[in-house]
Amino acid sequence: MHIIHSILVGKISRLLRNIGRRMIERIWRMGAGARLFFLTILYSGESFRRFHLTLREVYFTGVMSLLIIIVSAFFVGMVLGLQGYNTLQKYGSSEAIGVLVALSLVRELGPVVTALLFAGRAGTAITAEIGLMKTTEQLSAMEMMAVNPIARVIAPRFWAGVISMPILAALFSMVGVLGGYLVAVPIIGVDDGAFWSQMQANVDVRDDIVNGVIKSLVFGVACTIIALFEGFDAPPTAEGVSHATTRTVVISSLTVLGLDFVLTSFMIVV
Amino acid sequence: MSAMPVVELQGISTRFGQTLVHRDLNLRVDQGQIVGLLGESGSGKTTLLREMLGLWKPSAGRIRLFGFDLHTTGIDEQRAIHRRLGMLFQHGALFSALSVFDNIAFPLRELKCLDEDWIRRLVLLKLDMVEMTPAHSSLMPAELSGGMVKRVALARAVALDPNIIMYDEPFAGLDPISMGVICDLIRSLNDALGATSIIVSHDVKETFLIADYVYFVADGEVAAEGTPQDLMQSTLPFVHQFVHGEKDGPVPFHYPALSYQDELLKRTSL
Amino acid sequence: MDRTTIDLWVGVFVALGVAALLGLAMKVGNLTSNKIGETYSVSAAFENIGGLKPNAPVKSAGVVVGRVADIKFDSKAYEAVVTIKIDERYEFPKDTFANIYTAGLLGEQYIGLEAGGEEDVLKNGDKITQTQDAVVLEKMISQFLYNKASETKPESEAKAEESATGTSKEDVKSSKEKSGAAKSTELGDPPF
Repeated sequence: MHIIHSILVGKISRLLRNIGRRMIERIWRMGAGARLFFLTILYSGESFRRFHLTLREVYFTGVMSLLIIIVSAFFVGMVLGLQGYNTLQKYGSSEAIGVLVALSLVRELGPVVTALLFAGRAGTAITAEIGLMKTTEQLSAMEMMAVNPIARVIAPRFWAGVISMPILAALFSMVGVLGGYLVAVPIIGVDDGAFWSQMQANVDVRDDIVNGVIKSLVFGVACTIIALFEGFDAPPTAEGVSHATTRTVVISSLTVLGLDFVLTSFMIVV
Repeated sequence: MSAMPVVELQGISTRFGQTLVHRDLNLRVDQGQIVGLLGESGSGKTTLLREMLGLWKPSAGRIRLFGFDLHTTGIDEQRAIHRRLGMLFQHGALFSALSVFDNIAFPLRELKCLDEDWIRRLVLLKLDMVEMTPAHSSLMPAELSGGMVKRVALARAVALDPNIIMYDEPFAGLDPISMGVICDLIRSLNDALGATSIIVSHDVKETFLIADYVYFVADGEVAAEGTPQDLMQSTLPFVHQFVHGEKDGPVPFHYPALSYQDELLKRTSL
Repeated sequence: MDRTTIDLWVGVFVALGVAALLGLAMKVGNLTSNKIGETYSVSAAFENIGGLKPNAPVKSAGVVVGRVADIKFDSKAYEAVVTIKIDERYEFPKDTFANIYTAGLLGEQYIGLEAGGEEDVLKNGDKITQTQDAVVLEKMISQFLYNKASETKPESEAKAEESATGTSKEDVKSSKEKSGAAKSTELGDPPF
């Protein structure tokens, strides 16, 4: 009886120790990530003095994501139009389809889906690139030449992400609305005027559109810094970099969804 | 050896987690010398190089470059010291996103005081020093062969005419002709620039060919030191084994274990 | 990828983004229809404002003519004082009615202004004297139940009274109607 008891206690204590260790590791990583964030902001001067560095990164994160964002937005908008009409017409309110499509996109889907796609496309590219630079000692070579790798490599990519995200989110919302319009008006036959006028009456620039932009800015900061940190912190091996890219997507996605809840709860109270 | 040493390591002790890599290590390098650091893989030679560069901080001990203590000087002095160092990394560490020209021009451009005309002349000059033609300057690192990568990296390392040039495994993975070329280059660059060179390698033959003085690193400290001639005739068993490439000696090839017959028949005594 | 191509594409990208934002603001949002220029402030006191919130619309004849600026509580008269900002272009006479209506069945509440007939118009800082409170659901329900109860009670009383004093049913009925009519004016005109 005693033996079973002590074995159980041993197993439980080992489990608890494991959990504790993992929690401490996670908290430590968050601290390291926050440290990188502050260092990035601190050394951001160069990203603006030599703006072409940042511009180059805006090309690689923003412009290269255009295709996936626009195509996804189109399909999302069309699906919203279809599903929305399907439900609204049961209550005889099919003319509110414009409001439904616009509000869903501008308030939630625009910033959130764009952030998730951004994390998947641009985030993984950033993580892989920085991880590879670390593995091939390019970052060490830079440090050795008295060039601060954070100022030269990390900060421009950070600001590029922060600049690109709101633009991509706005594009997503706009293209999505157009997609919804295409499905609702020419295809289904909802009245053109009602579609736009109801939408304009119910979408507030301050409460909805500006809030959407704020959300996309916050998501941009979060996704980019997570991608940069995972790349910077990746073990300099092939497996290390590949694990880091997976972690970027997973952590970015969860963070975006969590932040979305927090931000929405603040914005709705207003 | 009365003049101030260019590089001086005193009582260096380095710990990675639980493992003690260096234990009270002392060495010095004088102006104009080509010094070799030899030792088996994993003996911490590359870590020593990184500590000399200031990329890694030892757990104990002092590192002095040009008489300045590396870890107590201010940031401006550290940067000035870094400008006088050049390092050739093991796999070149060329910036994969930049062309050969831009790679060599990188440290020159970071000075921010040279115009493009001058930079172009200096880059072509450095390319010539490593016996490459201007035709190579527009290639990307991915298009270069192994030997060419090393030479371009060397050109980048000497772009600012450093006082100390460090080589991390310069002979690793090269064919005999390229090895001869690199040997020649190390010697000629050292003399032409009036610099001091430190080579970390486990390639005894080549290192002995060009080094003026050699340190053997084993068990976390300097096991032996001397000129190549002295070491060739040394009777120290460790040195003898390394120099002559013997299979068994103080460094065991056969680890203590059961003979395979015993292992097969599962005998438990050693 | 040379510099000029990158610059070009980034420029296109940013231009697209700005265009999308503008498009959203103007076509999708209410930026163009929300232009209220100069305004003048007028106050109105209500016994119960219900769910009226700041920035709620102020409509007259269904058209938005202003916004609710501020809602305060007057602790001397125990009523709510609502400050509304009306667009300068529109003038309202001094005996305008300010009523609180609900948009839709369960929607947001807004203030409806009904013009009176006076010559003098409201100026900045004036007070609207004729107000009508918001409909509070609970009060409506309790009145409805009270009506129901008083409908059945007087009938039985009337029977007893008729037999006792000979009061006509018509009197009882007419008094019921009067109270019913009074109640409908109390509740106010139906929305819209």
